[in-house]
Amino acid sequence: MKLALKVTEVETLSPLVKRFRFEDPTGAELPVFSGGAHITVEMPEGDIIRRNSYSLISDPYDGSAYEIAVRREDQGRGGSLYMHTKVSEGDEITVSTPSNLFQLDLRARKHVLIGGGIGITPFLSQLKQLDMEQKPYELHYAARTRDEAAGLKLLPEAAHIHVHISDEGARMDIGAILDGQPLGTHVYTCGPEGLIEAVADQAARLNWPETAVHSEAFTAPPPGEPFDVVVKSTGQSITVKADQSLLEALEEAKVKVEYSCRGGACGRCQTKVTTCDGRILHNDHWLSEDERGAQQDIMPCMSRFKGTRLELDL
Amino acid sequence: MTMHFNDETFRGDYTYHNSPEAIRRFPFPFDQDSYMYSVNIEQHPGGPKGTPFEFKFDVDEHYVAEMKDREITLAEDPLRCQSLPHMELAGWDLLELIMVSKARDYPDLFTLHRDGNDWHWINKPLGIEKKFTFLDPTTLPCGPMEYITRQTQGDFALLHERDGNLWMDAGMVTSQADWSLDFDVGMNFFEWHAPVPKARKMGVFDKALKFLLAVGQGQHYRRLNWTMTVNPRLDTSPENYHKWGPEKRTITPENVGQKQFLRVELQTFFRLPRSNALAFPIRCYLANLEDLAIVPKWGRRLHRVLRDIDPDLADYKGFAVNQETIVTYLSQFDDGAPTSPGIFPDA
Repeated sequence: MKLALKVTEVETLSPLVKRFRFEDPTGAELPVFSGGAHITVEMPEGDIIRRNSYSLISDPYDGSAYEIAVRREDQGRGGSLYMHTKVSEGDEITVSTPSNLFQLDLRARKHVLIGGGIGITPFLSQLKQLDMEQKPYELHYAARTRDEAAGLKLLPEAAHIHVHISDEGARMDIGAILDGQPLGTHVYTCGPEGLIEAVADQAARLNWPETAVHSEAFTAPPPGEPFDVVVKSTGQSITVKADQSLLEALEEAKVKVEYSCRGGACGRCQTKVTTCDGRILHNDHWLSEDERGAQQDIMPCMSRFKGTRLELDL
Repeated sequence: MTMHFNDETFRGDYTYHNSPEAIRRFPFPFDQDSYMYSVNIEQHPGGPKGTPFEFKFDVDEHYVAEMKDREITLAEDPLRCQSLPHMELAGWDLLELIMVSKARDYPDLFTLHRDGNDWHWINKPLGIEKKFTFLDPTTLPCGPMEYITRQTQGDFALLHERDGNLWMDAGMVTSQADWSLDFDVGMNFFEWHAPVPKARKMGVFDKALKFLLAVGQGQHYRRLNWTMTVNPRLDTSPENYHKWGPEKRTITPENVGQKQFLRVELQTFFRLPRSNALAFPIRCYLANLEDLAIVPKWGRRLHRVLRDIDPDLADYKGFAVNQETIVTYLSQFDDGAPTSPGIFPDA
C-alpha cells in the first residue's frame, strides 16, 4: 500500500546525513508501526521511478509523521543523491506503508543494540518502543569521528546509551559488551558487514544461541557495469544500466516483479534463472551459499550479472 | 441498521437455528463441484453487500448466543485463552483493530470514543460500557486480547514472527474444529499443522508460510476452510471429545438433514502494527444439510463434493463414518444439472 505524503522538515544532521519528516497533507493519522520498521520511498526522475528503503527513526506509536535519515552515497545509484539534492520542504513524496524485517524479539530479558555509522537508524525507533514497553536495554553507537556521527543529534543522553568514537580512542570493544550479559539477552546489530560479522563471531564464541543474535544489513543496491537480461516469456532483451538495479530495469520495461524491501533481505523478488552463461554477482542477504553457487535463482533488487547471457523465468 | 439476535444454544438442547437471511448469506465454501486443498486466498474485506465478506469482522444473528457459549466454555476451562508474556502488545493491536472496525461498520451496535489513550467503548448487544486507558492493562478486567475476544465471534490466534517462522504464542479458542490451543501454544507454523494429511508433501505449507510472512500492514486476506460437525456445537475440542465424539454415532437416514452440519471457517489474516504480529481470526459458521439444500446450487454441489472426496480427507474432516448416509440424503437434491461457477447462490 502507498501513502502520498508531504515533506514537512529537512534537517542537515552532519555533512553527509539529512533527516526528513513526512506528514499526511490533510493532517490525517499515519499507520503506527513497530520498532525497526522501514518504508520504501519513491524517487521519480523522468521516466523512471527509483525506490529505496529507509528505516523509520521516529516514534513508532506516533501517527503524526514518519521520519527517516538518509546518508549521501556519492558512489551509489543516485537514490540518496536525489533525496539530498531534489527533495525539499513542501514537496510531495510517495512512500509505502511500514514493514519490518528487523523487529525486536519481545521475549528477550534484555536487549543490546549495536549500531555502526548510519546503521544507527533502525535503533532510533526501537529504543522508543523499548522505553514505552519499559524493557531493559543498552545501546552502543560506533562512529569514526564525532563530525560523522549524525546519530548524536537524535539520541537521548542516558546512562544506558553509549557512544564510541574511534578517532577519540574510544573504539567499541564488542567482547566487553557481550561478555557477562544476563541469560536471555538478545543482541541486534546494524551497520557495515564487518561489524555484523564481528558481533556474530563474538556471540558464537560466548555460546550465545543463534536465535538471540539479530542483524540487519540491507542497503541500497550497488551500481556496477551494465549488462543485458532476457525475459523468457516474451524474449525481450533489457539493458540494465550502470546506475540501475536489475529490478529497476525490469520495472522500467514494464515487467512485473513482486518486491518489498528492495534491499536483498525479504526474499520477495526471488526469481528463477533459466539460462546463465556467466556469473551472477549476488549482493543479497537472502539466498544461501548453495543457492548462490547453483546460479538458478537471483534477487533482482540487489544482484547483477557478468557474462554473455542471463535469462529469467519471467 | 437493526439486528435481531437469536436466543439459542450450541450445546445440550441445541436450539441453534439459521433464519432464511442467514442461510442465504452463508459462506458456502465450494466454488466448484469437487474439492482438494489449495491456497485459496483473497483480499479481505470485500464482497457483495450483506455477505460475511463485506466487513473486517462480521456480526450476525448468532452474536449474543455465541458470546454466552464462549463464557460457558471459558468458565469450565480457562486454558482456552492463553497469551505468552511477550504477546500483550499484540493483544492491544487486536483490540484496536476490532474496536475501530466494529464501531465504523456497525455504528448502531458499537461506539468507540478516543481521546489520545483515553478510550470509551460501548457494546450495545452485550450491554457493555467501559472507559479504559489504551496500552495500560491495569484499566481492563483482563488482558486486552481476552477482553476483546470475549466480545467478538470466532476464534483468534496471534502469531509471533521470528526466525523466519510464525509461532502461535497467544489465542482465544472455544469454537474450534478439533484442535487445542493448550496443545499448540508456542508451536511454529509447521508444528501446529503437522496433523493435516497430504498437504505438507504438496508443498502447501511452504507456500502458505511464505505468503503469510509477506503480509504487510494494511493488506488483509481471507480464505475459507470447512469440515463437518454433528449437531450445532461450537466447542468441538479435543478436550471435550468425550462429549461430542459419540454424537457422530447418532446420525440416521431420518435425522441426517437436521443433525449434520457443514462447518465453515472464514479465516482472515491481519498484520498488526505495533507488535508486527499476525492476527489470525477463525470465524465459524454452521448450517445443516436441510437448510443448505434450500439453495438448489448448493444442494447439487455439496452432494458431488462429498460423494467424490479423497477418503483421507473424509477421515480427517471427521465424517467418514457418516459419509454414505450424508451422500444418500443429498442425492435427492442433485438432478445432474450443471452448476454455476463461484460460491454464491444463483440470483
